[in-house]
Amino acid sequence: MTALTARRSPRGRLREWSGRVGWAILAWAVAIIFFIPVLWMVITAFKPESAAETWPPKFIFTPTLSEFRLAITGMGPFLAHSIMATLGSTLLVLLLAVPAAYALSVRPVKHWRDGLFFFISTKMLPIVAAIGPLYVIALHAHLLDSIWLMIILYTAMNLPLAIWMIRSFMLEVPGELLEAARLDGAGRIREMGSVILPIISPGLTSTALICVIFAWNELFLAINLTVTNAATLPMFLISSVPQEGLFIAHLCAAATIASVPVIIVGWIAQRSLVRGLSMGAIK
Amino acid sequence: MTVIEDLAPAPRAEVLPRAVSRREGWLRRLPLLPALIYTVVVTQIPFVVTLWYSFQSYFWDTPGGAHFTGLSNYKAVFTNPNFRGALVRSVVMTVSAVIGAMILGIALAVLLDRKFFGRGVVRTLIITPFLVMPAAAALVWATPMLDPNFGLLNYLLEPFGVHHVAWLSTHALGSVIVVMIWQWTPFMTLIVLAGLQSQPAETLEAAKVDGAGAFATFRELTLPHLRPYIELGILLGSIYLVNVFDAVRLMTNGGPGTATTNLPFFLYQEVNNAFDVGGAAAAGVVTVFLTIIVATFALRMFARVFQFEEAR
Repeated sequence: MTALTARRSPRGRLREWSGRVGWAILAWAVAIIFFIPVLWMVITAFKPESAAETWPPKFIFTPTLSEFRLAITGMGPFLAHSIMATLGSTLLVLLLAVPAAYALSVRPVKHWRDGLFFFISTKMLPIVAAIGPLYVIALHAHLLDSIWLMIILYTAMNLPLAIWMIRSFMLEVPGELLEAARLDGAGRIREMGSVILPIISPGLTSTALICVIFAWNELFLAINLTVTNAATLPMFLISSVPQEGLFIAHLCAAATIASVPVIIVGWIAQRSLVRGLSMGAIK
Repeated sequence: MTVIEDLAPAPRAEVLPRAVSRREGWLRRLPLLPALIYTVVVTQIPFVVTLWYSFQSYFWDTPGGAHFTGLSNYKAVFTNPNFRGALVRSVVMTVSAVIGAMILGIALAVLLDRKFFGRGVVRTLIITPFLVMPAAAALVWATPMLDPNFGLLNYLLEPFGVHHVAWLSTHALGSVIVVMIWQWTPFMTLIVLAGLQSQPAETLEAAKVDGAGAFATFRELTLPHLRPYIELGILLGSIYLVNVFDAVRLMTNGGPGTATTNLPFFLYQEVNNAFDVGGAAAAGVVTVFLTIIVATFALRMFARVFQFEEAR
Protein backbone atom coordinates (compact mmCIF):
# COMPACT_ATOMS: atom_id res chain seq x y z
CA MET A 1 0.00 0.00 0.00
CA THR A 2 2.83 2.41 0.90
CA ALA A 3 4.66 1.49 -2.29
CA LEU A 4 1.51 2.27 -4.25
CA THR A 5 1.04 5.69 -2.74
CA ALA A 6 4.69 6.52 -3.21
CA ARG A 7 4.42 5.89 -6.94
CA ARG A 8 1.37 8.14 -7.35
CA SER A 9 1.79 11.42 -9.12
CA PRO A 10 1.89 14.60 -6.98
CA ARG A 11 -1.38 15.69 -8.55
CA GLY A 12 -3.07 12.42 -7.56
CA ARG A 13 -1.83 12.81 -4.05
CA LEU A 14 -3.10 16.38 -3.95
CA ARG A 15 -6.51 15.24 -5.10
CA GLU A 16 -6.61 12.52 -2.49
CA TRP A 17 -5.53 14.98 0.20
CA SER A 18 -8.14 17.56 -0.75
CA GLY A 19 -10.77 14.83 -0.84
CA ARG A 20 -9.94 13.87 2.71
CA VAL A 21 -9.99 17.45 3.90
CA GLY A 22 -13.34 17.98 2.18
CA TRP A 23 -14.73 14.88 3.87
CA ALA A 24 -13.52 16.07 7.26
CA ILE A 25 -15.03 19.53 6.75
CA LEU A 26 -18.38 18.05 5.73
CA ALA A 27 -18.42 15.69 8.70
CA TRP A 28 -17.52 18.45 11.14
CA ALA A 29 -20.19 20.74 9.70
CA VAL A 30 -22.88 18.08 10.10
CA ALA A 31 -21.73 17.27 13.63
CA ILE A 32 -21.87 20.92 14.64
CA ILE A 33 -25.37 21.34 13.20
CA PHE A 34 -26.50 18.36 15.25
CA PHE A 35 -24.82 19.67 18.34
CA ILE A 36 -26.09 23.28 18.12
CA PRO A 37 -29.24 22.83 20.28
CA VAL A 38 -27.20 21.21 23.04
CA LEU A 39 -24.52 23.87 22.78
CA TRP A 40 -27.16 26.60 22.84
CA MET A 41 -28.68 25.09 25.96
CA VAL A 42 -25.31 25.16 27.74
CA ILE A 43 -24.41 28.67 26.52
CA THR A 44 -27.80 30.09 27.54
CA ALA A 45 -27.45 28.50 30.96
CA PHE A 46 -24.49 30.82 31.64
CA LYS A 47 -26.39 33.96 30.65
CA PRO A 48 -28.04 36.37 33.00
CA GLU A 49 -31.80 36.20 32.39
CA SER A 50 -31.83 39.63 30.72
CA ALA A 51 -29.33 38.49 28.09
CA ALA A 52 -31.27 35.33 27.22
CA GLU A 53 -34.34 36.95 25.68
CA THR A 54 -32.89 39.29 23.07
CA TRP A 55 -33.05 39.77 19.34
CA PRO A 56 -30.62 39.17 17.77
CA PRO A 57 -29.52 36.45 20.19
CA LYS A 58 -26.45 37.44 22.19
CA PHE A 59 -23.27 35.44 21.72
CA ILE A 60 -21.02 37.72 23.74
CA PHE A 61 -21.99 38.35 27.35
CA THR A 62 -20.52 38.14 30.83
CA PRO A 63 -21.06 34.54 31.94
CA THR A 64 -22.68 34.09 35.32
CA LEU A 65 -23.41 31.10 37.53
CA SER A 66 -26.42 32.72 39.16
CA GLU A 67 -29.00 30.71 37.20
CA PHE A 68 -27.20 27.49 38.07
CA ARG A 69 -27.24 28.47 41.72
CA LEU A 70 -30.93 29.25 41.53
CA ALA A 71 -31.71 25.95 39.78
CA ILE A 72 -29.70 23.90 42.27
CA THR A 73 -31.51 25.33 45.28
CA GLY A 74 -34.89 24.02 44.13
CA MET A 75 -33.56 20.79 42.70
CA GLY A 76 -32.57 18.86 45.84
CA PRO A 77 -35.55 16.54 46.43
CA PHE A 78 -36.08 15.92 42.70
CA LEU A 79 -32.43 14.98 42.28
CA ALA A 80 -32.62 12.63 45.26
CA HIS A 81 -35.76 10.93 43.85
CA SER A 82 -34.14 10.54 40.43
CA ILE A 83 -31.01 8.99 41.93
CA MET A 84 -33.05 6.61 44.12
CA ALA A 85 -35.37 5.52 41.31
CA THR A 86 -32.50 5.11 38.84
CA LEU A 87 -30.06 3.24 41.07
CA GLY A 88 -32.75 1.21 42.83
CA SER A 89 -34.30 0.01 39.58
CA THR A 90 -30.95 -0.69 37.94
CA LEU A 91 -29.83 -2.80 40.88
CA LEU A 92 -33.10 -4.75 40.89
CA VAL A 93 -32.86 -5.25 37.13
CA LEU A 94 -29.40 -6.78 37.45
CA LEU A 95 -30.49 -9.04 40.31
CA LEU A 96 -33.39 -10.41 38.27
CA ALA A 97 -31.75 -10.39 34.84
CA VAL A 98 -28.50 -12.24 35.59
CA PRO A 99 -30.16 -15.52 36.72
CA ALA A 100 -32.78 -15.22 34.00
CA ALA A 101 -30.16 -14.70 31.29
CA TYR A 102 -28.31 -17.75 32.66
CA ALA A 103 -31.45 -19.85 32.36
CA LEU A 104 -31.84 -18.68 28.77
CA SER A 105 -28.27 -19.29 27.65
CA VAL A 106 -25.76 -21.31 29.69
CA ARG A 107 -28.09 -24.02 30.95
CA PRO A 108 -31.19 -23.20 28.96
CA VAL A 109 -34.71 -24.16 29.86
CA LYS A 110 -36.59 -26.18 27.27
CA HIS A 111 -38.57 -23.27 25.82
CA TRP A 112 -35.85 -20.64 26.07
CA ARG A 113 -36.84 -19.09 22.76
CA ASP A 114 -40.44 -18.53 23.87
CA GLY A 115 -39.08 -17.05 27.08
CA LEU A 116 -36.89 -14.59 25.21
CA PHE A 117 -39.74 -13.50 23.00
CA PHE A 118 -42.11 -13.15 25.88
CA PHE A 119 -39.77 -10.63 27.47
CA ILE A 120 -39.31 -8.64 24.27
CA SER A 121 -43.04 -8.65 23.55
CA THR A 122 -43.68 -6.80 26.81
CA LYS A 123 -41.60 -3.92 25.41
CA MET A 124 -44.05 -3.65 22.53
CA LEU A 125 -47.14 -3.30 24.68
CA PRO A 126 -47.70 0.41 25.08
CA ILE A 127 -47.73 1.19 28.79
CA VAL A 128 -49.59 4.40 27.94
CA ALA A 129 -52.64 2.25 27.22
CA ALA A 130 -52.86 1.12 30.84
CA ILE A 131 -52.07 4.39 32.54
CA GLY A 132 -55.53 5.02 34.04
CA PRO A 133 -55.86 1.57 35.62
CA LEU A 134 -52.22 1.75 36.69
CA TYR A 135 -53.12 4.88 38.59
CA VAL A 136 -56.05 3.12 40.25
CA ILE A 137 -53.90 0.10 41.19
CA ALA A 138 -51.22 2.36 42.65
CA LEU A 139 -53.86 4.25 44.58
CA HIS A 140 -55.27 1.10 46.17
CA ALA A 141 -51.81 -0.31 46.88
CA HIS A 142 -50.89 2.98 48.59
CA LEU A 143 -47.99 3.32 46.20
CA LEU A 144 -49.08 6.51 44.49
CA ASP A 145 -46.41 9.21 44.55
CA SER A 146 -43.94 6.79 46.15
CA ILE A 147 -40.39 6.14 45.06
CA TRP A 148 -41.01 2.38 45.35
CA LEU A 149 -43.59 2.52 42.59
CA MET A 150 -41.07 4.21 40.31
CA ILE A 151 -38.46 1.58 41.14
CA ILE A 152 -40.94 -1.24 40.43
CA LEU A 153 -42.06 0.21 37.10
CA TYR A 154 -38.62 1.24 35.85
CA THR A 155 -37.40 -2.27 36.65
CA ALA A 156 -40.15 -3.78 34.52
CA MET A 157 -39.34 -1.26 31.78
CA ASN A 158 -35.63 -2.17 31.60
CA LEU A 159 -35.74 -5.86 32.47
CA PRO A 160 -36.34 -7.26 28.92
CA LEU A 161 -33.52 -5.17 27.51
CA ALA A 162 -31.14 -6.27 30.28
CA ILE A 163 -32.00 -9.96 29.90
CA TRP A 164 -31.37 -9.88 26.16
CA MET A 165 -28.16 -7.97 26.57
CA ILE A 166 -26.70 -10.03 29.44
CA ARG A 167 -27.66 -13.21 27.63
CA SER A 168 -25.62 -12.10 24.62
CA PHE A 169 -22.60 -11.61 26.89
CA MET A 170 -23.09 -15.00 28.54
CA LEU A 171 -23.16 -16.73 25.17
CA GLU A 172 -19.64 -15.44 24.61
CA VAL A 173 -18.22 -17.21 27.66
CA PRO A 174 -16.02 -19.95 26.16
CA GLY A 175 -17.61 -23.37 26.52
CA GLU A 176 -14.28 -24.94 27.51
CA LEU A 177 -14.10 -22.80 30.64
CA LEU A 178 -17.58 -23.91 31.73
CA GLU A 179 -16.68 -27.50 30.90
CA ALA A 180 -13.48 -27.29 32.96
CA ALA A 181 -15.32 -25.80 35.93
CA ARG A 182 -17.92 -28.56 35.74
CA LEU A 183 -15.22 -31.23 35.66
CA ASP A 184 -13.77 -29.61 38.78
CA GLY A 185 -17.09 -30.30 40.38
CA ALA A 186 -18.32 -26.72 40.43
CA GLY A 187 -22.05 -26.42 40.99
CA ARG A 188 -24.28 -23.84 39.38
CA ILE A 189 -23.53 -21.22 41.98
CA ARG A 190 -19.76 -21.58 41.77
CA GLU A 191 -19.95 -21.72 38.00
CA MET A 192 -21.76 -18.40 38.06
CA GLY A 193 -19.59 -16.80 40.72
CA SER A 194 -16.12 -17.86 39.65
CA VAL A 195 -16.41 -18.30 35.88
CA ILE A 196 -19.30 -16.40 34.34
CA LEU A 197 -19.55 -13.22 36.43
CA PRO A 198 -15.86 -12.28 36.22
CA ILE A 199 -15.92 -12.67 32.43
CA ILE A 200 -19.14 -10.76 31.80
CA SER A 201 -18.54 -7.99 34.34
CA PRO A 202 -17.70 -5.38 31.65
CA GLY A 203 -20.93 -6.42 29.95
CA LEU A 204 -22.85 -6.01 33.18
CA THR A 205 -21.43 -2.51 33.53
CA SER A 206 -22.61 -1.47 30.10
CA THR A 207 -26.01 -3.06 30.71
CA ALA A 208 -26.31 -1.05 33.91
CA LEU A 209 -25.35 2.15 32.09
CA ILE A 210 -28.09 1.64 29.50
CA CYS A 211 -30.64 1.02 32.26
CA VAL A 212 -29.46 4.17 34.03
CA ILE A 213 -29.96 6.25 30.89
CA PHE A 214 -33.53 5.06 30.31
CA ALA A 215 -34.61 5.34 33.95
CA TRP A 216 -33.03 8.78 34.42
CA ASN A 217 -34.76 10.22 31.37
CA GLU A 218 -38.24 8.73 31.89
CA LEU A 219 -41.12 11.22 32.11
CA PHE A 220 -44.46 9.63 31.20
CA LEU A 221 -44.83 7.41 34.27
CA ALA A 222 -43.42 10.07 36.56
CA ILE A 223 -45.80 12.76 35.35
CA ASN A 224 -48.83 10.48 35.79
CA LEU A 225 -47.99 8.73 39.03
CA THR A 226 -46.00 11.18 41.12
CA VAL A 227 -46.75 14.58 42.63
CA THR A 228 -44.14 15.66 45.16
CA ASN A 229 -42.85 12.74 47.22
CA ALA A 230 -41.37 10.92 44.25
CA ALA A 231 -41.21 13.57 41.51
CA THR A 232 -38.06 13.14 39.43
CA LEU A 233 -35.79 15.55 37.55
CA PRO A 234 -37.85 15.73 34.33
CA MET A 235 -40.71 16.93 36.54
CA PHE A 236 -38.42 19.56 38.01
CA LEU A 237 -37.71 20.81 34.49
CA ILE A 238 -41.41 21.23 33.83
CA SER A 239 -41.81 23.16 37.06
CA SER A 240 -39.00 25.50 36.02
CA VAL A 241 -41.15 26.89 33.22
CA PRO A 242 -43.42 29.49 34.81
CA GLN A 243 -46.71 30.73 33.37
CA GLU A 244 -45.29 34.19 32.81
CA GLY A 245 -42.06 36.13 33.07
CA LEU A 246 -38.57 35.47 31.80
CA PHE A 247 -37.38 31.94 32.30
CA ILE A 248 -35.14 30.86 29.43
CA ALA A 249 -31.77 31.08 31.19
CA HIS A 250 -33.22 29.43 34.27
CA LEU A 251 -34.72 26.62 32.20
CA CYS A 252 -31.43 26.07 30.34
CA ALA A 253 -29.46 25.90 33.58
CA ALA A 254 -31.86 23.32 35.00
CA ALA A 255 -31.90 21.35 31.73
CA THR A 256 -28.11 21.35 31.61
CA ILE A 257 -27.76 20.05 35.16
CA ALA A 258 -30.40 17.36 34.51
CA SER A 259 -28.88 16.21 31.22
CA VAL A 260 -25.16 16.32 31.91
CA PRO A 261 -24.84 13.17 34.06
CA VAL A 262 -26.40 10.98 31.39
CA ILE A 263 -24.53 12.68 28.56
CA ILE A 264 -21.25 11.92 30.33
CA VAL A 265 -22.31 8.33 31.07
CA GLY A 266 -23.22 7.93 27.39
CA TRP A 267 -19.94 9.40 26.17
CA ILE A 268 -18.02 7.00 28.40
CA ALA A 269 -20.14 4.03 27.36
CA GLN A 270 -20.06 4.96 23.64
CA ARG A 271 -18.53 1.66 22.57
CA SER A 272 -21.16 -0.48 24.28
CA LEU A 273 -24.04 1.85 23.47
CA VAL A 274 -24.76 0.13 20.14
CA ARG A 275 -24.84 -3.28 21.73
CA GLY A 276 -27.17 -2.14 24.45
CA LEU A 277 -29.52 -0.27 22.16
CA SER A 278 -29.76 -3.24 19.82
CA MET A 279 -30.45 -5.49 22.83
CA GLY A 280 -27.24 -7.40 22.21
CA ALA A 281 -27.97 -8.14 18.55
CA ILE A 282 -24.97 -6.12 17.34
CA LYS A 283 -21.62 -6.97 18.85
CA MET B 1 -45.35 -17.65 19.52
CA THR B 2 -45.41 -20.75 17.34
CA VAL B 3 -44.63 -18.61 14.31
CA ILE B 4 -41.36 -17.58 15.87
CA GLU B 5 -40.54 -21.14 16.77
CA ASP B 6 -40.73 -22.00 13.08
CA LEU B 7 -38.72 -19.03 11.90
CA ALA B 8 -35.83 -19.29 14.32
CA PRO B 9 -33.23 -21.74 13.07
CA ALA B 10 -33.37 -25.15 14.70
CA PRO B 11 -30.52 -25.80 17.12
CA ARG B 12 -27.78 -27.98 15.68
CA ALA B 13 -27.98 -30.49 18.47
CA GLU B 14 -31.00 -30.91 20.67
CA VAL B 15 -30.38 -28.33 23.35
CA LEU B 16 -32.03 -30.27 26.07
CA PRO B 17 -32.05 -34.06 25.79
CA ARG B 18 -35.46 -35.60 26.22
CA ALA B 19 -34.15 -37.74 29.02
CA VAL B 20 -33.30 -34.77 31.21
CA SER B 21 -34.63 -35.54 34.63
CA ARG B 22 -37.48 -33.70 36.23
CA ARG B 23 -35.15 -32.37 38.91
CA GLU B 24 -32.76 -30.99 36.31
CA GLY B 25 -35.67 -29.38 34.48
CA TRP B 26 -36.75 -27.53 37.60
CA LEU B 27 -33.18 -26.57 38.48
CA ARG B 28 -32.95 -24.97 35.07
CA ARG B 29 -36.27 -23.19 35.41
CA LEU B 30 -35.57 -21.88 38.89
CA PRO B 31 -33.26 -18.95 37.96
CA LEU B 32 -35.73 -17.80 35.32
CA LEU B 33 -38.75 -17.73 37.61
CA PRO B 34 -38.13 -14.51 39.57
CA ALA B 35 -37.76 -12.40 36.41
CA LEU B 36 -40.63 -14.19 34.70
CA ILE B 37 -43.05 -13.81 37.60
CA TYR B 38 -42.00 -10.21 38.12
CA THR B 39 -42.60 -9.34 34.46
CA VAL B 40 -45.94 -11.14 34.30
CA VAL B 41 -47.19 -9.44 37.46
CA VAL B 42 -45.98 -5.92 36.71
CA THR B 43 -46.59 -5.76 32.97
CA GLN B 44 -49.61 -8.02 32.44
CA ILE B 45 -51.85 -7.27 35.42
CA PRO B 46 -52.33 -3.60 34.50
CA PHE B 47 -53.61 -4.73 31.10
CA VAL B 48 -56.03 -7.20 32.63
CA VAL B 49 -57.32 -4.42 34.88
CA THR B 50 -57.52 -2.16 31.82
CA LEU B 51 -59.71 -4.73 30.11
CA TRP B 52 -61.98 -4.84 33.15
CA TYR B 53 -62.31 -1.06 33.41
CA SER B 54 -63.04 -0.77 29.71
CA PHE B 55 -66.51 -2.23 30.47
CA GLN B 56 -67.07 0.07 33.44
CA SER B 57 -68.22 3.63 33.75
CA TYR B 58 -65.74 5.26 36.09
CA PHE B 59 -64.99 8.96 36.45
CA TRP B 60 -62.46 10.36 38.93
CA ASP B 61 -64.50 13.34 39.83
CA THR B 62 -67.89 11.69 40.41
CA PRO B 63 -68.47 9.75 43.63
CA GLY B 64 -69.91 6.25 43.61
CA GLY B 65 -67.08 4.35 41.96
CA ALA B 66 -67.28 2.13 38.92
CA HIS B 67 -70.31 0.34 37.51
CA PHE B 68 -70.79 -1.97 34.54
CA THR B 69 -71.82 -0.31 31.28
CA GLY B 70 -71.27 -2.99 28.69
CA LEU B 71 -69.87 -1.86 25.39
CA SER B 72 -70.73 1.82 25.65
CA ASN B 73 -67.11 2.86 26.26
CA TYR B 74 -66.10 1.09 23.06
CA LYS B 75 -68.94 2.69 21.15
CA ALA B 76 -67.71 6.05 22.37
CA VAL B 77 -64.13 5.30 21.34
CA PHE B 78 -65.06 4.27 17.82
CA THR B 79 -67.31 7.26 17.27
CA ASN B 80 -64.82 9.72 18.82
CA PRO B 81 -63.16 11.67 16.00
CA ASN B 82 -60.38 12.73 18.41
CA PHE B 83 -59.37 9.12 18.94
CA ARG B 84 -59.25 8.44 15.22
CA GLY B 85 -57.30 11.66 14.69
CA ALA B 86 -54.81 10.73 17.40
CA LEU B 87 -54.40 7.28 15.90
CA VAL B 88 -53.69 8.66 12.44
CA ARG B 89 -51.26 11.26 13.84
CA SER B 90 -49.43 8.57 15.82
CA VAL B 91 -48.90 6.63 12.62
CA VAL B 92 -47.85 9.73 10.66
CA MET B 93 -45.43 10.88 13.36
CA THR B 94 -43.87 7.46 13.90
CA VAL B 95 -43.48 6.61 10.22
CA SER B 96 -42.06 9.96 9.17
CA ALA B 97 -39.72 10.21 12.17
CA VAL B 98 -38.42 6.66 11.72
CA ILE B 99 -37.89 7.08 7.98
CA GLY B 100 -36.34 10.54 8.36
CA ALA B 101 -34.02 9.39 11.12
CA MET B 102 -33.02 6.31 9.14
CA ILE B 103 -32.18 8.22 5.94
CA LEU B 104 -30.12 10.75 7.90
CA GLY B 105 -28.63 7.92 9.95
CA ILE B 106 -27.41 6.11 6.84
CA ALA B 107 -25.86 9.34 5.50
CA LEU B 108 -24.11 10.08 8.79
CA ALA B 109 -22.91 6.49 9.13
CA VAL B 110 -21.35 6.65 5.66
CA LEU B 111 -19.72 9.91 6.68
CA LEU B 112 -18.33 8.39 9.87
CA ASP B 113 -17.16 5.19 8.20
CA ARG B 114 -14.10 6.95 6.69
CA LYS B 115 -11.01 7.99 8.58
CA PHE B 116 -10.60 11.74 8.99
CA PHE B 117 -9.22 14.24 11.43
CA GLY B 118 -11.22 14.25 14.67
CA ARG B 119 -13.54 11.37 13.82
CA GLY B 120 -13.93 10.39 17.48
CA VAL B 121 -15.03 13.89 18.44
CA VAL B 122 -17.47 14.12 15.51
CA ARG B 123 -19.00 10.79 16.54
CA THR B 124 -19.33 11.98 20.10
CA LEU B 125 -21.02 15.22 19.03
CA ILE B 126 -23.44 13.36 16.77
CA ILE B 127 -24.62 10.87 19.43
CA THR B 128 -25.22 13.60 22.02
CA PRO B 129 -28.82 14.49 20.99
CA PHE B 130 -29.82 10.93 21.83
CA LEU B 131 -28.39 11.25 25.34
CA VAL B 132 -30.01 14.56 26.26
CA MET B 133 -32.96 14.00 28.57
CA PRO B 134 -35.99 14.08 26.21
CA ALA B 135 -37.88 16.43 28.52
CA ALA B 136 -34.90 18.81 28.54
CA ALA B 137 -34.54 18.57 24.77
CA ALA B 138 -38.24 19.28 24.23
CA LEU B 139 -38.19 22.33 26.50
CA VAL B 140 -34.97 23.69 24.98
CA TRP B 141 -36.42 23.28 21.50
CA ALA B 142 -39.75 24.77 22.51
CA THR B 143 -38.43 28.17 23.57
CA PRO B 144 -34.69 28.87 23.29
CA MET B 145 -34.58 27.30 19.80
CA LEU B 146 -38.03 27.85 18.24
CA ASP B 147 -39.44 30.95 19.92
CA PRO B 148 -40.74 33.37 17.25
CA ASN B 149 -39.22 36.45 18.91
CA PHE B 150 -35.79 35.39 20.04
CA GLY B 151 -35.34 31.73 19.06
CA LEU B 152 -31.96 30.74 17.67
CA LEU B 153 -33.40 28.91 14.66
CA ASN B 154 -35.07 32.01 13.24
CA TYR B 155 -31.77 33.86 13.64
CA LEU B 156 -29.79 31.14 11.86
CA LEU B 157 -32.37 30.97 9.04
CA GLU B 158 -32.67 34.73 8.59
CA PRO B 159 -30.12 34.83 5.72
CA PHE B 160 -32.43 32.36 3.92
CA GLY B 161 -35.41 34.69 4.11
CA VAL B 162 -37.06 33.35 7.26
CA HIS B 163 -38.51 36.10 9.43
CA HIS B 164 -39.69 35.35 12.94
CA VAL B 165 -41.71 32.25 12.13
CA ALA B 166 -43.82 30.95 15.02
CA TRP B 167 -42.86 27.35 14.34
CA LEU B 168 -44.96 25.77 17.05
CA SER B 169 -48.20 27.43 15.95
CA THR B 170 -47.77 27.35 12.17
CA HIS B 171 -45.75 24.14 11.69
CA ALA B 172 -46.50 22.29 14.93
CA LEU B 173 -46.59 18.73 13.64
CA GLY B 174 -43.51 19.25 11.45
CA SER B 175 -41.59 20.80 14.35
CA VAL B 176 -42.35 17.90 16.66
CA ILE B 177 -41.32 15.42 13.97
CA VAL B 178 -38.07 17.32 13.35
CA VAL B 179 -37.22 17.13 17.04
CA MET B 180 -38.03 13.40 17.06
CA ILE B 181 -35.74 12.92 14.06
CA TRP B 182 -33.02 14.99 15.72
CA GLN B 183 -33.14 12.78 18.82
CA TRP B 184 -33.26 9.45 17.02
CA THR B 185 -30.85 9.97 14.12
CA PRO B 186 -27.86 9.15 16.39
CA PHE B 187 -29.47 5.82 17.29
CA MET B 188 -29.87 4.90 13.61
CA THR B 189 -26.37 6.17 12.84
CA LEU B 190 -24.78 3.91 15.45
CA ILE B 191 -26.65 0.82 14.26
CA VAL B 192 -25.94 1.43 10.55
CA LEU B 193 -22.32 2.31 11.32
CA ALA B 194 -21.92 -1.05 13.07
CA GLY B 195 -23.25 -2.65 9.88
CA LEU B 196 -20.86 -0.72 7.65
CA GLN B 197 -17.89 -1.65 9.78
CA SER B 198 -18.80 -5.31 9.71
CA GLN B 199 -18.60 -5.34 5.92
CA PRO B 200 -15.56 -7.35 4.79
CA ALA B 201 -12.93 -5.04 3.26
CA GLU B 202 -12.02 -7.61 0.59
CA THR B 203 -15.45 -7.43 -1.05
CA LEU B 204 -15.20 -3.67 -1.42
CA GLU B 205 -11.62 -3.96 -2.65
CA ALA B 206 -12.69 -6.54 -5.24
CA ALA B 207 -15.50 -4.28 -6.46
CA LYS B 208 -13.01 -1.44 -6.86
CA VAL B 209 -10.63 -3.65 -8.84
CA ASP B 210 -13.53 -4.66 -11.08
CA GLY B 211 -14.02 -0.98 -11.82
CA ALA B 212 -17.30 -0.46 -10.00
CA GLY B 213 -18.06 3.15 -9.09
CA ALA B 214 -18.60 4.23 -5.50
CA PHE B 215 -22.35 4.67 -5.97
CA ALA B 216 -22.83 1.33 -7.73
CA THR B 217 -20.82 -0.43 -5.03
CA PHE B 218 -22.96 1.15 -2.35
CA ARG B 219 -26.22 0.18 -4.05
CA GLU B 220 -25.24 -3.32 -5.12
CA LEU B 221 -23.08 -4.46 -2.22
CA THR B 222 -23.36 -2.23 0.82
CA LEU B 223 -27.13 -1.72 0.96
CA PRO B 224 -27.98 -5.45 0.80
CA HIS B 225 -25.39 -6.07 3.49
CA LEU B 226 -26.93 -3.31 5.63
CA ARG B 227 -30.46 -4.61 5.25
CA PRO B 228 -30.75 -6.50 8.55
CA TYR B 229 -29.20 -3.55 10.38
CA ILE B 230 -31.65 -1.13 8.80
CA GLU B 231 -34.56 -3.42 9.66
CA LEU B 232 -33.38 -3.68 13.25
CA GLY B 233 -33.04 0.10 13.53
CA ILE B 234 -36.51 0.68 12.09
CA LEU B 235 -38.04 -1.92 14.38
CA LEU B 236 -36.45 -0.71 17.63
CA GLY B 237 -36.90 2.94 16.66
CA SER B 238 -40.63 2.37 16.06
CA ILE B 239 -41.07 0.68 19.45
CA TYR B 240 -39.81 3.81 21.19
CA LEU B 241 -41.09 6.50 18.82
CA VAL B 242 -44.68 5.29 18.78
CA ASN B 243 -44.76 6.09 22.50
CA VAL B 244 -43.34 9.60 22.15
CA PHE B 245 -44.90 11.75 24.82
CA ASP B 246 -42.33 14.22 26.14
CA ALA B 247 -41.96 16.21 22.93
CA VAL B 248 -45.74 16.48 22.44
CA ARG B 249 -46.55 17.38 26.02
CA LEU B 250 -43.74 19.91 26.44
CA MET B 251 -43.49 21.52 23.02
CA THR B 252 -47.09 21.89 21.90
CA ASN B 253 -49.26 20.31 24.61
CA GLY B 254 -50.98 18.44 21.80
CA GLY B 255 -51.97 21.60 19.96
CA PRO B 256 -52.67 23.95 18.45
CA GLY B 257 -56.13 22.41 18.76
CA THR B 258 -55.36 18.73 18.35
CA ALA B 259 -52.74 19.20 15.63
CA THR B 260 -50.06 17.23 17.47
CA THR B 261 -52.18 15.00 19.72
CA ASN B 262 -50.90 11.46 19.30
CA LEU B 263 -52.25 8.37 21.07
CA PRO B 264 -50.09 8.59 24.21
CA PHE B 265 -51.05 12.24 24.67
CA PHE B 266 -54.72 11.50 23.96
CA LEU B 267 -54.79 8.81 26.64
CA TYR B 268 -52.96 11.09 29.06
CA GLN B 269 -55.63 13.73 28.51
CA GLU B 270 -58.51 11.29 28.92
CA VAL B 271 -57.23 10.34 32.37
CA ASN B 272 -55.90 13.68 33.58
CA ASN B 273 -58.33 16.19 32.10
CA ALA B 274 -61.51 14.26 31.35
CA PHE B 275 -61.15 12.02 34.44
CA ASP B 276 -62.58 9.24 32.28
CA VAL B 277 -60.89 6.02 33.41
CA GLY B 278 -63.39 3.76 31.64
CA GLY B 279 -63.12 5.63 28.34
CA ALA B 280 -59.33 5.75 28.54
CA ALA B 281 -59.28 2.02 29.32
CA ALA B 282 -61.41 1.22 26.26
CA ALA B 283 -59.17 3.39 24.10
CA GLY B 284 -56.20 1.61 25.68
CA VAL B 285 -57.61 -1.81 24.85
CA VAL B 286 -58.13 -0.77 21.22
CA THR B 287 -54.57 0.59 21.17
CA VAL B 288 -53.19 -2.65 22.57
CA PHE B 289 -55.18 -4.65 20.06
CA LEU B 290 -53.78 -2.62 17.17
CA THR B 291 -50.29 -2.89 18.66
CA ILE B 292 -50.58 -6.67 18.83
CA ILE B 293 -51.38 -6.81 15.12
CA VAL B 294 -48.35 -4.69 14.29
CA ALA B 295 -46.18 -6.46 16.87
CA THR B 296 -46.93 -9.88 15.40
CA PHE B 297 -45.30 -8.77 12.17
CA ALA B 298 -42.56 -7.01 14.11
CA LEU B 299 -41.77 -10.11 16.14
CA ARG B 300 -41.48 -12.19 12.97
CA MET B 301 -39.03 -9.62 11.66
CA PHE B 302 -37.18 -9.78 14.95
CA ALA B 303 -36.79 -13.51 14.71
CA ARG B 304 -35.41 -13.15 11.21
CA VAL B 305 -33.13 -10.22 11.98
CA PHE B 306 -31.59 -11.65 15.09
CA GLN B 307 -28.91 -14.15 14.39
CA PHE B 308 -29.76 -16.71 16.94
CA GLU B 309 -26.64 -18.07 18.44
CA GLU B 310 -27.00 -21.56 19.67
CA ALA B 311 -27.79 -21.84 23.33
CA ARG B 312 -25.29 -24.03 25.02
